Amino acid sequence: MAKLDPKEAQDVLFKPLLRDNPIALQVLGICSALAVTTKLETALVMCLALTSVTACSNAAISAIRHHIPSSIRIIVQMTIIASLVIVADQLLKAFFFEISKQMSVFVGLIITNCIVMGRAEAYAMKNPPLPSLLDGIGNGLGYSLILVVVAVIRELFGSGKLLGVEILPLVTEGGWYTANGLLLLPPSAFFIIGLFIWILRTYKPEQVEEPEFEEAKAAPHTV
Amino acid sequence: MEAALSLFVRAVFVENMALAFFLGMCTFLAVSKKVETALGLGIAVIVVQTITVPVNNLLYQVVLKDGALSWMGLADVDLSFLGLISYIGVIAAIVQILEMALDKYFPALYNALGIFLPLITVNCAILGGTLFMVERDYNFGESVIYGLGSGFGWALAITALAGIREKMKYSNVPEGLRGLGITFITVGLMALGFMSFSGVQL
Repeated sequence: MAKLDPKEAQDVLFKPLLRDNPIALQVLGICSALAVTTKLETALVMCLALTSVTACSNAAISAIRHHIPSSIRIIVQMTIIASLVIVADQLLKAFFFEISKQMSVFVGLIITNCIVMGRAEAYAMKNPPLPSLLDGIGNGLGYSLILVVVAVIRELFGSGKLLGVEILPLVTEGGWYTANGLLLLPPSAFFIIGLFIWILRTYKPEQVEEPEFEEAKAAPHTV
Repeated sequence: MEAALSLFVRAVFVENMALAFFLGMCTFLAVSKKVETALGLGIAVIVVQTITVPVNNLLYQVVLKDGALSWMGLADVDLSFLGLISYIGVIAAIVQILEMALDKYFPALYNALGIFLPLITVNCAILGGTLFMVERDYNFGESVIYGLGSGFGWALAITALAGIREKMKYSNVPEGLRGLGITFITVGLMALGFMSFSGVQL
């Protein structure tokens, strides 16, 4: 195996964070991103699970990439991913039972999380195991970045706590902060991610999508 | 009968797969640019969901559940940890069979739905439906209704979103929000609307 250039490795690892974020730009893996973010704790566990599954599946698929016939590659990838998710699920059940209960079906849904599948298909099938491993970790981190930001906003302003520790004392408990219950409900997750994308694209204008219709410019003003 | 109806309505509106549980979001956002394609994908999801949830239900009740193998004399075998891999296998197989069957016997339908079928294997709404069915321990009858209802709810949501997006392409959206951003916010507003079915619990 060729030695990995440290510069290149760094690039593979950190590019997915802001420049090529899996959620904001590649539109992958949104399903679970929204559902587990009402609390920071579940979000962190989800990030950990997803990052390790993506990294391992990328490495495993890339290691056998020359032996997979292309007509059945999807099912081979699926099997590898499903086995890894089962391992993650069993580990969570064994060591974090309460959290795994709260996350209910969303651990299982890592199987169909498009990030895992998408990276396997787009990167691991074409590159050697080590860069694939880094790519998996990088994309997992990119996903985690958004999840953690969303979860912090939702838990902090929705219930005045972070990781269960009170930060903003609630009015109901004699403090001054009135919790914004909307943030704990599903729609708020969409708004937060929408605004996050807006901020990211204002900061990096090259990510702005082309308009589907060009506005009629300089049309002579007729009265 | 009443219980069945209530389960159906709950699966369609209150527990809408896309808007309340965020399942199938990737395809939901990617294939909702035109009403026509959204409707096609929606119908394909209804069909696949109505078949896979009951089949996985049988698999769970007869083979995987704790003690389910007692008919083979293996009363203390718990195979439920194999659940995930068997469900996804069943889903992939059924989608493949459906694709071949449609191709052979209903070419017209195959031409309309064919391109969506491969997308469905990796649609989290399908696997999510199965996992919710297992978690809530539905019996066979309930699983048929739940499969139909959740598929229908998803189809309804994606068609509605496609309708909104078709109208929206003529509006002047701020640059950074164009495309994905504004779609997220639209979906958020739709989710707010759907929440009124359950009564907003603040």
